[in-house]
Amino acid sequence: MSARPGELPRWVDYGLLPAINVTAAFLVSGLVVLAIGENPVEAVRIMLAGALGYAEGIGFTLYYTTNFVFTGLSVAVAFRAGLFNIGAEGQAMVAGIGVALVCLAFDGAPWWLVFPFAFAASLLFGAAWAFVPGWAQARRGSHVVITTIMFNFIASVLMVYLLVNVIGKPGAMSPETRTIAEATRLPLMRDMLKPLGIDIGASPLNPTFLIAIMALVLVWVMIWRTRLGYEMRAVGINPTAAVYAGIDPGRIVIVAMLVSGALAGLLAVNEVMGVQHRLLLEFTAGAGFVGIAVALMGRAHPAGIALAAFLFGVLYQGGAELAFEKPKITRDMVVVIQGLVILFAGALERMVRPALERLFAPRAAAAAAAES
Amino acid sequence: MESLDAIVPVLGSAVRLSIPLLFACLAGLWSERSGIVDIGLEGKMLGAAFAAGAVAFLTGEEWLALAAAVAVSVSLGLVHGFASITHRGNQIVSGVAINFLAAGLTVLLGQAWFGEGGRTPQLTNEARFRPIVLPGAETAQQHSGWGNFYAEVISGHNVLVYLAFLAVPLTWYVLDRTRFGLRLRAVGENPHAVDTAGISVARLRYAAVVIAGVLCGFGGAYLAVAQSAGFIRDMTAGKGFIALAALVFAKWKPVPAMLTCLLFGFLDAVAIRLQGTPLPVVGQVPVQVFQALPYVLTVVLLAGFIGRAIPPKASGVPYTKDR
Repeated sequence: MSARPGELPRWVDYGLLPAINVTAAFLVSGLVVLAIGENPVEAVRIMLAGALGYAEGIGFTLYYTTNFVFTGLSVAVAFRAGLFNIGAEGQAMVAGIGVALVCLAFDGAPWWLVFPFAFAASLLFGAAWAFVPGWAQARRGSHVVITTIMFNFIASVLMVYLLVNVIGKPGAMSPETRTIAEATRLPLMRDMLKPLGIDIGASPLNPTFLIAIMALVLVWVMIWRTRLGYEMRAVGINPTAAVYAGIDPGRIVIVAMLVSGALAGLLAVNEVMGVQHRLLLEFTAGAGFVGIAVALMGRAHPAGIALAAFLFGVLYQGGAELAFEKPKITRDMVVVIQGLVILFAGALERMVRPALERLFAPRAAAAAAAES
Repeated sequence: MESLDAIVPVLGSAVRLSIPLLFACLAGLWSERSGIVDIGLEGKMLGAAFAAGAVAFLTGEEWLALAAAVAVSVSLGLVHGFASITHRGNQIVSGVAINFLAAGLTVLLGQAWFGEGGRTPQLTNEARFRPIVLPGAETAQQHSGWGNFYAEVISGHNVLVYLAFLAVPLTWYVLDRTRFGLRLRAVGENPHAVDTAGISVARLRYAAVVIAGVLCGFGGAYLAVAQSAGFIRDMTAGKGFIALAALVFAKWKPVPAMLTCLLFGFLDAVAIRLQGTPLPVVGQVPVQVFQALPYVLTVVLLAGFIGRAIPPKASGVPYTKDR
């Protein structure tokens, strides 16, 4: 994603530049709050207090963070291979079907027995939904952006069909499956932390959070310490050159999409088995799309994604509190901020860059000037 | 003629349902023929629909509502242009950003201004585009068959519907038969050649983005002040994306775009019509099959199983002058 790496010192490229872009996004968000007739500074205070000011708030923040780590990594892995996967939402939805099928099939069995199967189902179903767009791009030349958008819609139509006609709870007003038995649900962190004297209130944080941390590490290892990761990055930077390095770009595109879909699928473990305890129509709640903002903001690097996912966790939890205290500022404020982050950190990435290059890379600039 | 009478209501609603698709699809066509991929059709239509709903409620004037819709949609298009033409940013990322901005801002501002959960207040009929009865339609209605067809499918739509269909030959003519259109298409295929000829690539692309904005503005206004009586949250409901699918289907050409939008509109109308009614031979078909069909067909088409869809060569590629 970074345009011309190496021209800027690393701390500018990975620290200062994203910081400036995100700050710009927040300044514009502040203007929107002003336009509504509220005080942006107070809004920020309420958000931070709501997200980080007390233990239950932190629990909620980390629960949202978990989801955004998965979808952020999903989008980032595809990015590294030069693919823009807009389909994390659909992949997570389909993974939810897998997790729900497993949990309902083993309903009543202890969670630790069911968990490996649910975990595997989430990876498998998510990857399967990403496979077709990946395959179509690699072998049939259709663009992954359009196909993943189409697959998001097909996934949501499929969800409606399954929940209304096949696996839904009979006689229920809303399309949803029956609730998973208590024993089969993932345990909650609040029950595990209570003996240690930590009270995180009613927050839905569960051990999937630990899986998210592991995923961050594993993705880092995969991208920078394995042959597969090297091949992905090579294809992402220049597919034509990669061919000469003996890499089959088509194979890498498919593998990258499989990994991307599997990562997005993990969201379903957190939501279906950990929090909602049943399959709901819109259980993904747009987290797949948040992943786009998270990956762009985190510069497709696991460390950056951890930070960006946490920031969006704060925004989601803080936004809920803000909407409660200031009814004029609805939770849609978070969607606006998300859009602005994508705009400034993604599409307008090159707006600030030339100025920074003049400031921090005088030698590179001088060399370029001498050439022309 | 009995059979025609049976499907006339479905055809009528197919036409009505295809209009927002047609506006958005033509918008995408203009943009992509100039080399700018536009994922933000959905967002621009949504923003336009909100502006139209709000202004129609405040002024009671449907034409002012249309102007506001166009203004908002063009502004969003200029943001897209600023990011992807001036700053050579990723066009897809920029389009995604616009979709989020529109989805968030419409509900946020709607709630702040009107306090009705993000929708604009219900419009009176005076503030909307009303159906136009074409000459002779009332007498034609007495007759079955083609008379009925004329009265229900050809006549009785609001002015935006006719403008949408007028935009099709207009788009074809300007793109295919004028110098501006030739240059615009050239910019989408080979911007270097156009640049070498001393014509500004950026200006042509901005022009295309503005035209796309105007068309999305019409589509949005149609949703909020013609088809419905006011804006409701997420009222585009993926139509911008179906329009993208239609664009792929139509292979970036205006007349096929119209036919594809009519087909997709028809699928939509059939889905609504068939809810719970069994079909002959196949029995009861879930509505979702019809809903998924445009998306599935697009994927199949893109994969080259039913003809090839090849986009303009330079679309999606930011233009950099060679040094």
